Amino acid sequence: MSVRLSTGGRLIDRATEISFSFNGARLKGYAGDTLASALLGSDQMLVGRSFKYHRPRGIVASGAEEPNALVNMGEGARFEPNQRATTTELFAGLSATSQNHWPSLEFDVGALNAKLSRFLPAGFYYKMFIHPRSFWKHVYEPFIRQSAGLGRAPDSEDADSYEHFHLHTDVVVVGGGIAGLLAARAAAVTGAKVLLMEQTAHWGGRAPVDGGLVDGQPVGDYIDALVRELSEMPNVTLRLRCMASGVYDHGYLLGYERVRDHQPGAPGPRHRLWRVRAKQIVTATGAIERPLSFAGNDVPGVMLASAVRDYLVNYAVSAGKRVIVATNNDDGYRTAIALKQAGQEVLRILDARETGGGALMAEARRLGIRIDCGRAIGKVSGGKRVKKVQICAYAGAGGALEEVACDAVAMSGGWSPVVHLWSHCGGKLTWDAEQAYFRPDATRAPTGADGQPYVVPAGSANGVMMLDAICGDAVEAGRAAAKAAGYKLKKAAAIEAEPAPETPIEPVWMMPRDARVQLRMKAWLDYQNDVKVSDVQLAAREGYESVEHTKRYTTLGMATDQGKLSNINGLATLADALGAEIPAVGTTTFRPPYTPISMGAIGGEARGAVFQPLRRTAMHGWHEKNGADWEPVGHWRRPYAFARSGESVHDAVMREVKNTRENVGLLDASTLGKILVKGPDAGKFLDLLYTNMMSSLKPGKCRYGLMCNENGFLVDDGVVARIDDETFLCHTTTGGADRIHAHMEEWLQTEWWDMQVYAANLTEQYAQVAVVGPKARMLLEKLGGMDVSAETFPFMTWQDGTLGGFDVRAYRISFSGELSYEIAVPTAQGLAFWEALVAAGKEFGIMPYGTEALHIMRAEKGFIMIGDETDGTIIPQDLGLNWAISKKKEDFLGKRAQERAHMTDPNRWKLVGLETLDGAVLPDGAYAVAEGVNPNGQRNTQGRVTSTYYSPTLCKGIAMGLVLKGPERMGEVIEFPGTDGTVFKARIVDPVFYDKDGEKQNV
Amino acid sequence: MKRYSAFAIAREALRFHTGWERAWRSPEPRRRYDVVIVGAGGHGLATAYYLGKNFGITNVAVIEKGWLGGGNTGRNTTIIRSNYLQDPSAAIYEKARSLYETLSQDLNYNVMFSPRGVIMLAQTHHEVRGYQRTAHANALQGVTTEWISPERVKELVPIIRLDGPRYPVMGGLWQARGGTARHDAVAWGYARACSAMGMDIIQKCEVTGVRTEGGKVRGVDTTKGPIDCGKLGIVVAGHSSHLAEMGGFRLPIESVALQALVSEPIKPCMDVVVMANTVHGYMSQSDKGEMVIGGGTDGFNNYTQRGSFHHIEETVRALIETFPMISRLKMLRQWGGIVDMTGDRSPILSKTPVEGVFVNCGWGTGGFKAIPGSGWAMAELMAKGHSPLTADFGLDRFREGRFIDESVAAGVAH
Repeated sequence: MSVRLSTGGRLIDRATEISFSFNGARLKGYAGDTLASALLGSDQMLVGRSFKYHRPRGIVASGAEEPNALVNMGEGARFEPNQRATTTELFAGLSATSQNHWPSLEFDVGALNAKLSRFLPAGFYYKMFIHPRSFWKHVYEPFIRQSAGLGRAPDSEDADSYEHFHLHTDVVVVGGGIAGLLAARAAAVTGAKVLLMEQTAHWGGRAPVDGGLVDGQPVGDYIDALVRELSEMPNVTLRLRCMASGVYDHGYLLGYERVRDHQPGAPGPRHRLWRVRAKQIVTATGAIERPLSFAGNDVPGVMLASAVRDYLVNYAVSAGKRVIVATNNDDGYRTAIALKQAGQEVLRILDARETGGGALMAEARRLGIRIDCGRAIGKVSGGKRVKKVQICAYAGAGGALEEVACDAVAMSGGWSPVVHLWSHCGGKLTWDAEQAYFRPDATRAPTGADGQPYVVPAGSANGVMMLDAICGDAVEAGRAAAKAAGYKLKKAAAIEAEPAPETPIEPVWMMPRDARVQLRMKAWLDYQNDVKVSDVQLAAREGYESVEHTKRYTTLGMATDQGKLSNINGLATLADALGAEIPAVGTTTFRPPYTPISMGAIGGEARGAVFQPLRRTAMHGWHEKNGADWEPVGHWRRPYAFARSGESVHDAVMREVKNTRENVGLLDASTLGKILVKGPDAGKFLDLLYTNMMSSLKPGKCRYGLMCNENGFLVDDGVVARIDDETFLCHTTTGGADRIHAHMEEWLQTEWWDMQVYAANLTEQYAQVAVVGPKARMLLEKLGGMDVSAETFPFMTWQDGTLGGFDVRAYRISFSGELSYEIAVPTAQGLAFWEALVAAGKEFGIMPYGTEALHIMRAEKGFIMIGDETDGTIIPQDLGLNWAISKKKEDFLGKRAQERAHMTDPNRWKLVGLETLDGAVLPDGAYAVAEGVNPNGQRNTQGRVTSTYYSPTLCKGIAMGLVLKGPERMGEVIEFPGTDGTVFKARIVDPVFYDKDGEKQNV
Repeated sequence: MKRYSAFAIAREALRFHTGWERAWRSPEPRRRYDVVIVGAGGHGLATAYYLGKNFGITNVAVIEKGWLGGGNTGRNTTIIRSNYLQDPSAAIYEKARSLYETLSQDLNYNVMFSPRGVIMLAQTHHEVRGYQRTAHANALQGVTTEWISPERVKELVPIIRLDGPRYPVMGGLWQARGGTARHDAVAWGYARACSAMGMDIIQKCEVTGVRTEGGKVRGVDTTKGPIDCGKLGIVVAGHSSHLAEMGGFRLPIESVALQALVSEPIKPCMDVVVMANTVHGYMSQSDKGEMVIGGGTDGFNNYTQRGSFHHIEETVRALIETFPMISRLKMLRQWGGIVDMTGDRSPILSKTPVEGVFVNCGWGTGGFKAIPGSGWAMAELMAKGHSPLTADFGLDRFREGRFIDESVAAGVAH
C-alpha cells in the first residue's frame, strides 16, 4: 500500500492540511501536494479505468506524462473532464471523480472487455461488426461510443475567463530545471531579453530530487540562489505554471499558463495564453523515463522508478512498503536507495544487465539491498493493486524462478529526451544507440525565415543526462541562443558539478527478452488505450509496417498523453517485429500541444458579446431604441425593419415600403462602402476596375458601375461620384467594402504598381442617410440650405452644401425607384442629422425603413442585388447589364474572361421577372424544371429564383430569376417545384415591376 | 484473401492471433503494368479498386511516395455529405455517399460509415436563403436534404447555443444520411481489396519522372526504378502540380495547409456533424469520444503539413460561441494537411494534354467524402475515356469559364 511517511517531503507544508474529495470520499493532503501525491498518500492506488478494456488503473508517473490518473474535476460551470492528477495542485475543496466506469470505479461492468481481451486485439473492430449493415449505426456504434470516451461532457457554459498575452522577446527558455535556469542566466547576462517558463509550480525540475553538488553546493540550494539571481534581473521574466505548448514557424511559441487552476474562482483569468515571437528558443524540457514492457506492468502499484522517487522526496509518499525495483540502467538504483534511506523495504533490484551497474549499485549493495543481475520481471499479479511478482531470467521466455509478494514495483527502462518542441516545426532527431534514445540532431534544427536555426536544445532534452554535463550544455545553449539573437558573449566561468559516472544502459524493449505470447498479451505499451506488445506485433504481421500505420491501427500513442510513455517502447517493439533498426522505423509526428490545452485559452477574451468586433453606425443607438430588428451584415448590424409595439416584423416591412412609396422614408446607408480613389491615374485605374468607363465621368456627376473579377464574374456594384479631376468616391455594397478595398490594393500593389493612385476606405468617416420618397424634396427644403430642386440638382449628380445647418455631401441617386437623396455627413454628426430629419419629417409622415423594405423596393424596380442575383458565377451579361459594359475600353478586369466560350454561350440563364399565376410568393431558391434527366439521373432544370418577395405596392408576389434564354421567352409559364411537393407556376415577365419609365425617381 | 468476421477473430484468438495474413502484400515493382496510379491515398486506391471491380483491369500498380493513406486521407475530419448545390458536385458526392453506405460489406473491412446526419447551420439571412436554394437543388438532384428549424437543430444537437449574441442559429440544412467514417480504414480497406485482386501497392516509392513518347505516356521513373504503363493516373493531392510538371503540363492549382484538431475524448455528447460556415468551424464527435474540429485554410500557400496557430484560434473561438461547453475541453492535438485548391474550388477529374495520363486532384478541403465516387468515376474515365460523373470536371472548364463554384452556397466547403 502507498503511504505518507511521517517525515520529509520537500514540497509539502505539513502545517497546512487540505481536505478534498475523491469519488465522494473525504480525504486529506497537505499544501504543496498534487492531487496524485495526495491520493497516493491516502493509499488510493486505483484511480481510473483504461479506455478499451476498462482495466484498473493507478498512478504511474509524476508529471505531464501520466496516462492513467485522469479525473473529472469540479462542478457545474467549473466542471472539467480528463484532468491529470499528477499536474493538478491540491486545493481546499477539490472534488474529483474517477472516469470511464459503470457503475463504480471498484466494480465496473466494462471490465468484461478485459476478460474478452483475447478476442479484442488491435483493430478488431475493422474485422467485425460488418454485418448486418444497419447494425453499425444502430447497435454496434452506440455501444462502442458509450464504452469509449473518458470523462463526462461538461454541460454548462464556462464560468471562467481566459486571456491572451502577446510578447516579443530575444530568447525563450522552456523548462525551469537546472538546465533551463542556467541557460536563462547565460543568455540574460549578455543583455538579451529572456522569458523562462516552467510548467510546474516549482523551479528546479528533477535535480533537487536526484541530488548532487554544483559549485560545491547541494544542487537544491544552488537552484534557489539561481532563481533569486534571475528574479532580480530586469531583462528576465520568470513564469511558473506555464507550459510551452507548441513551437510554430519563425520562432512563434505558445505558452499555456494555468493562472488559477489551483485557486478556482479567484479573480482573474483561469488560463493565459502566451503568444510569443522569439528570436531564439531554448528547449530545456528534460527527459521522461520509459516503462518496462513486462506482463502485468499496468497493475496499479507498478510505477516509473522516477515517479516513486519523486513522490518520496517531494511529498513524503511511499508508493509501497515492500517494493521491487526493475531496471536496465543505473538511474533505477537511485529510487531503491531513496526508498531504503526513507525506511521502506526494497525487496529486490532486478537489473536486466548481466553485470549490473556501477557506483550506484555498489551503494545500494552497501545499504543492504538485494540485487539480482540478469533478472527480470516475468509477471506482476494482482487486480486492483500489486500483490506479487514472478521473477525470471531476463534472457529467456519467462519461466518463473521465484515469486515474491510485494505491494509496489518501480520500473526504469531508461530515459527519453523530451524532443516535442524541437520537433514541432521540423527539427529532426537522431538515434543514439549507446544511450538508447532519440535526441535532437543539431545539424537539422528547425529554421526560421533566414534559414538559420532558432531552437537550441539544452540539458537532458538534448540527450545530456549527467548533472555535470547538463550544466555545461545548458550554459552553452543559453550563450548560443543569445549570440544568435544578436548579443555579444563575454567569457563565462565554468560551472563545476560533481561527476557521477554510470554504467551504460542495456536497451530492454520486452521483459523477459523472449517473452512468450501469453506474457506479451499482458505487457502494456499504452496504458490508457490498452495497447500491448502483442498488438504492435500483430500490426507488423498484418502489414501495418509504417510506424504511422501501427499507431493508427493499434491506437498506440493516441491517448491523452500522446505516447509520452509508450511511443519509444512501441516503435522499438515494431522495429523488432519487422527486423528493422529503430531509426529506420522512425517516430510518429510530434504535434502541438505538448500537453492538452484548454479550448477556453485558445479562444481567449473574444467570446460572447466581444466574440467579433461589432460595427455600429452613428445612428445605431437610435435604431435600437426604435424597435430595430437587427440583421448581421458582415461585422455590421443593420436594422432589418423597425417593428412597432404589437406589430410583426413582416407587417413592419410592408408598412415601411408603403410609406416610403407614398410619403418619405429614411434609410441608414452608412454601412455602404465608401472608398476614395485619388491620383493622376485614378480614372485609368477605375477604367480597369469597373466594366464601364469612369474616366469620362464629369466632376459633379455620378455613375452606376459594375466590378468583375478576373474570371469575369460580377463581384460588386455601386455608384461612383467624381469629386474632382483626380478624385473619385466609389460606393460599394456593405459586405463588399473591405473586400473591394483589398481588391483595389492588391491590383495597385502587385500589378499596377506604376500607377499614381491611392485608395482609402472612408466608410466609417461618413454617416449616410437615404431620404427616399415623393416627399423627400419637401423635407429637405424644409430643413433648408442647399438648392435641391430638380433643375439645379438633377438625377445622378452630387453636391456639397448645407442642410438644416449641417455640412453635407448629397447624391441624387436612387435604389428604390423613388425620388431619393443620399446625404453624407461626418460620422460625428450622423445621429444629430438623422434626428433633425426625423423631427422635420413628422409632418410628411416620415418613417425609417430597414434592409428588407430596401430589398423589396429594389426588386419592384428590377434592380439587382449583389449576393442575390449574383453568386460568384454570374456575369453582368446574364443580368441584362450589357449597357454598363464599355465596348470602347481596350481592357478591364473580366473582359477577356467574358469572351470565353461558356460566357458567350447563348444558352446561359438570364435575368427575368417572374410572377406566379395566382399571386403567391415563389419560394426562395426554387428551381424551374425542364423535361427529363441528365446523364447522372438528375432532373433537368431551366432556371431559378434569385429574389422573391411579397410586394405591398403591387399586392402580389414578385420575383426575379435567371431562366434559360429567359428574355426571349416573355409570357411563357414555367414550373418551380417546392421542397414540400407543391409546384408553383410562374410567368416570365419583365424584371421591372414598378415605374418602368423611371418617372418617379427622375422628378 | 481470408475474410474478416467475428468468427475469424474467434478462430484466431485461439491461436493468439498468429494466423492473420497481411492485409496487403508489399511487393517490389514489376517492369510494366497496364495502369499505374501514382498516389496510394483514398482516391488513388479507390480508382484502382474500381478499375478492377468494374472493368476487370487488375494489372495495376499503385505507387506511393510515403505510406499508404498518409496524406489527406489520414488527416481529414472524416465528414461525409453530398448536399452540394451544383449538379456535377451533387452527382459525384452523392455517388460517393451511396457507395459509402455499403463500403464495409463491399470491402469486407469495417470502415465504420456512420450515417449520423450532418447539419449545416444558417446564421444569417443570406445563409438561410443559400441553404434553401441548396435544398431545392438537392430535391431535384436526388439528394435527400431538409431545411430544419432552430428547434429541430437543438433537438439534434443539445449542446448547441441557438441564441448566440452574434450569430443566432436561424435553421439548418439537414442531411440525415450524411455522417462520418473511419478515414484510415477507408484507405486500408481499399488497399486490402486491391491487393487481393492482384494489384501491387508499392510504398516508399517516389515518382521522379514521367516518360512520354510522341505525346503519349510510356511510364514513370521512380526511386525503385522505371515502371512502364499503358495508362497513368495522377492522384496525389497536395503535390499534383509537381507530378503534372513531370508530365510537361500545368494545373490551375494552389497548395495550402488545412488544419484540424481534436479534443481529449469525452463521453458521447453530440451525435451528429455540425458545420457552422458563418463563423468558419465544424465539429463532430468521433467514436473514441474526441471532438473533431476543423476550420478554414491558411491564407498562404505552402507544403509544410503544419499550419499556423492563428487559424486554430479562430476556429476554436467560433465553436466556443456555438457550443459553449467545449470551452472546458482541452485540445489534444492539431495537425495540417496540404490541399489542392482550384479556381472554382471544385475537383479536376480529367484527361490531360499527354495521351494516357489522367489527373484526379483539386478536391480542396473536401476530398475524403468523395473517395468512393471519385474512384468510381476516375476508373470509368481511365477505362472508357469518358464518364458522366467526370464530364463537367475536365481541365477544359477553366479555359471555357465553365466553373463549378460551390462557394456560392457556403463560405467553407468540407
